[in-house]
Amino acid sequence: MKVQNNKAWWLVLPVFLLVAFSAIVPMMTVVNYSVQDIFDHSTRYFVGVDWYKQVLQDTRLHDSLLRQFIFSGCVLLIEIPLGIAIALCMPTKGRMASLVLIVMAIPLLIPWNVVGTIWQIFGRADIGLMGWTLNELGIAYNYASDTGDAWVTVLIMDVWHWTSLVALLCYSGLRAIPDVYYQAARIDRASAWAVFRHIQLPKLKSVLLIAVMLRFMDSFMIYTEPFVLTGGGPGNATTFLSQTLTQMAIGQFDLGPAAAFSLVYFLIILLVSWLFYTAMTHNDKTR
Amino acid sequence: MAEIRLHNLAHSYSRAPNGDGDYAIREMNHVWAQGGAYALLGPSGCGKSTLLNIISGLLSPSHGEVQFDGKVVNHLHPEQRNIAQVFQFPVVYDTMTVFDNLAFPLRNQGMNEARILAKVNEIAEVLELHPLLRKRASNLTADEKQKVSMGRGLVRDDVSAILFDEPLTVIDPHLKWKLRRKLKQIHEQFNITMVYVTHDQLEASTFADKIAVMYGGQIVQFGTPRELFERPSHTFVGYFIGSPGMNLIEVSRCEGGVRFADTVLPLSPALNQRLDELQWTSLKVGIRPEFVHVWEGFNEDALCGEVVHLEDLGTYKILTLRLDGQLLKVRLQEDQPVPQQQVYLSFPAQWLMLYADEYLVEVLPAQPQSQSSEVQP
Amino acid sequence: MTLRKKVVLGLYVLFLLVPIYWLLNMSFKSNTEILGGLSMWPRSFTLANYKVIFTDPSWYEGYLNSLYYVTLNTLISLTVALPAAYAFSRYRFLGDKHLFFWLLTNRMAPPAVFLLPFFQLYSSIGLFDTHIAVALAHCLFNVPLAVWILEGFMSGVPKEIDETAYIDGYSFPKFFVKIFIPLIGSGIGVTAFFCFMFSWVELLLARTLTSVNAKPIAAVMTRTVSASGIDWGVLAAAGVLTILPGMLVIWFVRNHVAKGFALGRV
Repeated sequence: MKVQNNKAWWLVLPVFLLVAFSAIVPMMTVVNYSVQDIFDHSTRYFVGVDWYKQVLQDTRLHDSLLRQFIFSGCVLLIEIPLGIAIALCMPTKGRMASLVLIVMAIPLLIPWNVVGTIWQIFGRADIGLMGWTLNELGIAYNYASDTGDAWVTVLIMDVWHWTSLVALLCYSGLRAIPDVYYQAARIDRASAWAVFRHIQLPKLKSVLLIAVMLRFMDSFMIYTEPFVLTGGGPGNATTFLSQTLTQMAIGQFDLGPAAAFSLVYFLIILLVSWLFYTAMTHNDKTR
Repeated sequence: MAEIRLHNLAHSYSRAPNGDGDYAIREMNHVWAQGGAYALLGPSGCGKSTLLNIISGLLSPSHGEVQFDGKVVNHLHPEQRNIAQVFQFPVVYDTMTVFDNLAFPLRNQGMNEARILAKVNEIAEVLELHPLLRKRASNLTADEKQKVSMGRGLVRDDVSAILFDEPLTVIDPHLKWKLRRKLKQIHEQFNITMVYVTHDQLEASTFADKIAVMYGGQIVQFGTPRELFERPSHTFVGYFIGSPGMNLIEVSRCEGGVRFADTVLPLSPALNQRLDELQWTSLKVGIRPEFVHVWEGFNEDALCGEVVHLEDLGTYKILTLRLDGQLLKVRLQEDQPVPQQQVYLSFPAQWLMLYADEYLVEVLPAQPQSQSSEVQP
Repeated sequence: MTLRKKVVLGLYVLFLLVPIYWLLNMSFKSNTEILGGLSMWPRSFTLANYKVIFTDPSWYEGYLNSLYYVTLNTLISLTVALPAAYAFSRYRFLGDKHLFFWLLTNRMAPPAVFLLPFFQLYSSIGLFDTHIAVALAHCLFNVPLAVWILEGFMSGVPKEIDETAYIDGYSFPKFFVKIFIPLIGSGIGVTAFFCFMFSWVELLLARTLTSVNAKPIAAVMTRTVSASGIDWGVLAAAGVLTILPGMLVIWFVRNHVAKGFALGRV
């Protein structure tokens, strides 16, 4: 059992101050923007919740919000099962284990704009291996002009980029299962599926929670990679929420509505994360 | 139900074993008869868990054969061997209820639900798990979990044998005794071969009809608790069984017997003869503290030792004494007078064991033992 | 490992490596060769693309800038996260659960609009275009993560160790540095890896908070690209060069990370 001790706050204080410094002031500033109409440094009017009303009715935002949900949904549906599957296939000891870990970590260590660049090149029909191969096989593929192709490319890119994170987290979760569980399952003649369903999956629950939350948050805020790859096109097909917001804030300098929408955006992420968190820890609480 | 036979079995974890030291199990032949309750006793690291895992098929031996009822099963996986195994730490399927846990091995073999219900209820009855059946396994205490683990082994009626790998390690002391009784009961009721691994001699002797003592990758003795106590066939058994263990004194050969320092211990002619026939490099004599005879007062035929220390353990006392440079322990009964300073003792011939290279030197039973081995200074 | 597992893993690794190989392949080709048709390896191997980059001093500086603020961020994150994680793993205190969730919410703020206030905040305290500004800003998402990972590793260390040390007369700081930290060595390795990773790959904040003196390598790269139109060869070489430091780091800490992951405490 943990001991009740409020002096522990002294140990947490540095973290609190450091994060508060970078979190609270910008957050307050954004709240401030969201209730004002700003023309320049000195000319600004208080407008109350007008911007909130406006952005909540903005169809452009509705569209990109919907796209965003579909995208994050696809990302989770592909990356979580795939990550678990890869983790189950990873070697557990020896030289190969280290080597596989290193190779899998590579995509995670590439700056996000470079990830976009890699796929921009790789998918092109003229100079990219994937685009060229697909077209040679008779599949008309062009991510710059076809909406479906653009979507698939952005998704594959995200899978390429982030599945390793899920796999690495699950791998470490799997390593925490003592051998004796597998031995007992063999003695009980459990099928491979039963071993997965009743031993591995329950023990992966806590790492999966964090994997799902991280992947949800990051995919919901995705910006750099599709921006470099497709620029949001063709049309608005791959314009996700962050990009719409950036266009609004910087392109049109509609700082007030953009700020109002950011806060709504933030609340959506918070709400969905909280839902995941509550749903996945539900069983623990009913103990 | 089956007889388990180990034929020339040996196991090494290294790929190219080099000498005995590389073997976790040194070459052995052994039989566990159908329906017996056995204990496999030994210190940690002696290879007893390895041996258990080889029998259940979790490990494949590097040499030799495992036979069930005369059939070689080396190539069979654990799931094909009809063996149940209970591990040191409880293994339960957290997401399932206790009922589902117990039903799990039965469902895996495709038994119909009605029979499952009957079997699970039967075992829950025996293990007193009934009130818990609807509870989720993750919410149980350690000993309830271990009961569930045992239950999963006991619920199957197709098993040839149940192997227990120190199953009571995590159980509270007062429950240990109860569970051990329970296992014994189950054994009598179902007539299944049971092999129980432990490092605790008390656990072994209360559970098993016959105990195999393992040391350094070998079974050094296989016998009833009484045989292990009275005639340890290896110095390790003498030392490991009993509390305190056997007194062991290194001796050298002399005319008509053996000696250490100035003390000569004469041996029977048969034993003398046997010793002459054998090749050996070291000799030891051993006698249990319980069997050392202590004289009340002076006795001129007895050996004379010097009291070092007395430990009072309530119903008996342990006397440590020095005899010609050797420390010996002697067990005194409650009513026995406690000698001061000087103690006169002798070693009754039938309890004085002679070990050549750690193994008991035995005379063929046909030859009667001589009576004249009262020890003289 | 069964054959099926090997095949699945092999295919996945192939999927990861082929795009990177393609980038590497292109970086050694001249533009005429790139545009002249597809080839699996450079026919006329050239280092010209790299030469373009290395003759430009801003590249060299971009590297140092990135490494500087990433290292700084990793050090700051670990320094503050270690005691905090200890507090979370050992004690219950007023508001602990809320505090933890609040820390996590800082990963949830969409960057697009928050960039401007960030810029204003750091400008107002005179830290704009310094390495420390980027390092501090990245703490926003790295510190919560570091606290969370370290807490997992620390919970794996039995409390009896702390108690024994206090009984032996160790003060808290001495116990923490001399006994506790060595015990969670691989945990610290894994945490450092994650801090390095997220700080190294982040571009939006880093680019907003810098202009010249602390400009990160990834931002230098975007500039080079736009200046020369699309010079595919140079772009590929630039991409390869931004991947290298990450690979070097993971190579050096591979044993720690492998061990940390294998401990299963992440």
